[in-house]
Amino acid sequence: MGEEELEQEQEQVVNPWEVSAKDGGKIDYDKLIDKFGCQRLDQSLIDRVHRLTGSPPHVFLRRGVFFAHRDFNEILDAYEGGKKFYLYTGRGPSSQSLHLGHLIPFMFTKYLQEAFKVPLVIQLTDDEKCMWKNLSVEESKRLARENARDIIACGFDITRTFIFQDFEYVGGSFYNNMVKVEKCVTYNKVVGIFGFSGEDHIGKVSFPAVQAVPSFPSSFPHLFSGKDDLRCLIPCAIDQDPYFRMTRDVAPRIGYHKPSLIESSFFPALQGETGKMSASDPNSAIYVTDSAKEIKNKINKHAFSGGQDSLEKHRKYGANLEVDIPIKYLNFFLEDDDELEHIKKEYAAGRVLTGEVKKRLAEVLTELVERHRLARSAVTDEMVDAFMAVRPLPNMFD
Amino acid sequence: MGYTKDQLLARLKELQIDFAQYEHPTVLTVEAQAKYVGDKGGGLTKNLFLKDKKSRLYIVSALADTKVDMKVLSQRLGLGKGGIRMAPEEALGEILQVPLGCVTPFALVNESARHVSLLLDKGFRTQEHCFFHPLSNDMSISLHANDLDKFLKSVGREATFVDLEANPPVGKDQPPDLAAFVPSGSTILSDPPEKTVPLQGHTENPVSAYKKSTATTVKTTKVPVAVKNVKDKLAVAAHQPSVFSDAGLLVEEILNRTSSLLLSEIKEDSIRQHGEHLGTVVADNIKKRLSSDLKSLAIMFKNTAYAQGFYAGTHHHPKPL
Repeated sequence: MGEEELEQEQEQVVNPWEVSAKDGGKIDYDKLIDKFGCQRLDQSLIDRVHRLTGSPPHVFLRRGVFFAHRDFNEILDAYEGGKKFYLYTGRGPSSQSLHLGHLIPFMFTKYLQEAFKVPLVIQLTDDEKCMWKNLSVEESKRLARENARDIIACGFDITRTFIFQDFEYVGGSFYNNMVKVEKCVTYNKVVGIFGFSGEDHIGKVSFPAVQAVPSFPSSFPHLFSGKDDLRCLIPCAIDQDPYFRMTRDVAPRIGYHKPSLIESSFFPALQGETGKMSASDPNSAIYVTDSAKEIKNKINKHAFSGGQDSLEKHRKYGANLEVDIPIKYLNFFLEDDDELEHIKKEYAAGRVLTGEVKKRLAEVLTELVERHRLARSAVTDEMVDAFMAVRPLPNMFD
Repeated sequence: MGYTKDQLLARLKELQIDFAQYEHPTVLTVEAQAKYVGDKGGGLTKNLFLKDKKSRLYIVSALADTKVDMKVLSQRLGLGKGGIRMAPEEALGEILQVPLGCVTPFALVNESARHVSLLLDKGFRTQEHCFFHPLSNDMSISLHANDLDKFLKSVGREATFVDLEANPPVGKDQPPDLAAFVPSGSTILSDPPEKTVPLQGHTENPVSAYKKSTATTVKTTKVPVAVKNVKDKLAVAAHQPSVFSDAGLLVEEILNRTSSLLLSEIKEDSIRQHGEHLGTVVADNIKKRLSSDLKSLAIMFKNTAYAQGFYAGTHHHPKPL
């Protein structure tokens, strides 16, 4: 896996392969927006989404989980003018089990698909994982198919969704666009953006083009033939921004619209913002395969609490919401705004205890995970094949 | 009711698999087996029947000379250092339905072994033929790795050959390379007491060996089954009606959930609290609390219908006129 060597001392590092805060503290999102040059998603945009879609904005929008964007307003302008767009998101299938953090962009994308009634392409970068994680081709392809099941379980509409894996789909028009992009990006440029070195193999160096190209409708002739003007909106976590900065730079040079982005903050590990969710520590995250009992235990044992050490102290000083993980998780997943406000207020005042907050969180997450598991049980091989088949989607804008 | 040796041999012949068979007195070890077939060239195999801490089962089938380090294997599977050990004797009879000393990849012909994961030594492919017990210790059969592959495919299993002697590092950035071999279905072994969950709704999608005519050719994979708690009784059984494929069952499920929520909301306390407004309050709550669950059911219902239609359509080969 590529290591980001451009770590400025004392600065936070955010790129597709590494995310770390300054001095082991919290990620400074304002600084990040400044540095990357994207924009804050403000309330007026959220209200606009509500107005245009006629349905309440998703909890992730209301709570500032998706908090930054590039040209989202242009998407909304076009939409208001009767011009649709398509969604593009993806996953690098590096592990079989997905945790809640992995689901976040998909949950949000599903909402966008439903609210705006637009098609979606989902890219599974099995080639990337084969290269960066040194998996065999077969293993990465297999993981891609496995991950596709969990993705489908998030509730995507098969009449509007095309899922593809690079090892099967790259070729044809997709590859034509890849070469067009590759011609526009110098080796020095990718080194600058992604930090590659002379020791990195050539696969890594040209991979960015593979992730760039789904932003262009002509990459999917079976879907968007004749619709070269169609805009693309990419929901992703903010660490993916470098890929799309590069893409947006290239797009006008090859005659395409720049894709728009809507970006999310990072989902904290159970142990706290400074902890990292890691594949080798199952206690750092809640997995979609966890049982209700496991969820309860993980939260009780490992979720970092902002509550005070003793009952008296807690009643007196209240909890520190800044570092409390259960509150942060509820912020992501408890849909009821009023209930969340109430819990936060009471917890900060010391009237509600950590145990009660953790209990509520366990309920919320168990409900989510069980809904996901039930949906996943409906996903058959045939369904995966159908989602991944190169086929037209005649009702994709209905 | 497990397969017998004769049934297996008949099956192999049906599949037109080339094999040689050698009868000998019952043997319980590779050394003993070697006395009778050791001079016939090819590779003798050792077959380990293993179990991890979550009672998931594995057959590791390797050339007799291949060094299999259980600690390394355990790590490569993602089970930590001491996560794997020999399976108990009862499991041999119960799951593999073979006698002691007779662990063999051919035991996977039995339905009871459907969740047992199989790891095959890639060294098999370097041999002209390899020896296995055909479900009985009084015979050894030898066949080429490709034919073993053919047999396994015929029972809906993947034959994946692995370098069993490799010792790759396992850590944060290097996921366990054999993690794929850990079965995701839970096999119910009679020993661990917490696993006495009834197997109702036990499901599996049979692997169909159909050829794809679409541009995406994908290797057929075994569909793992998750039967962890009673709520999973809604899990899908292949070709059996489920909430996702049968409109009646779907509506029943929706109505059940709605009624139980309704009943839980209409209590003495809530009647007293809301009086004549209870109706509106309950209606709102139902919408709020059931919306996500019901939407999830509905979209999967739609997706199921589409997938079934798509499959039927892409496999329809109209007779040439």
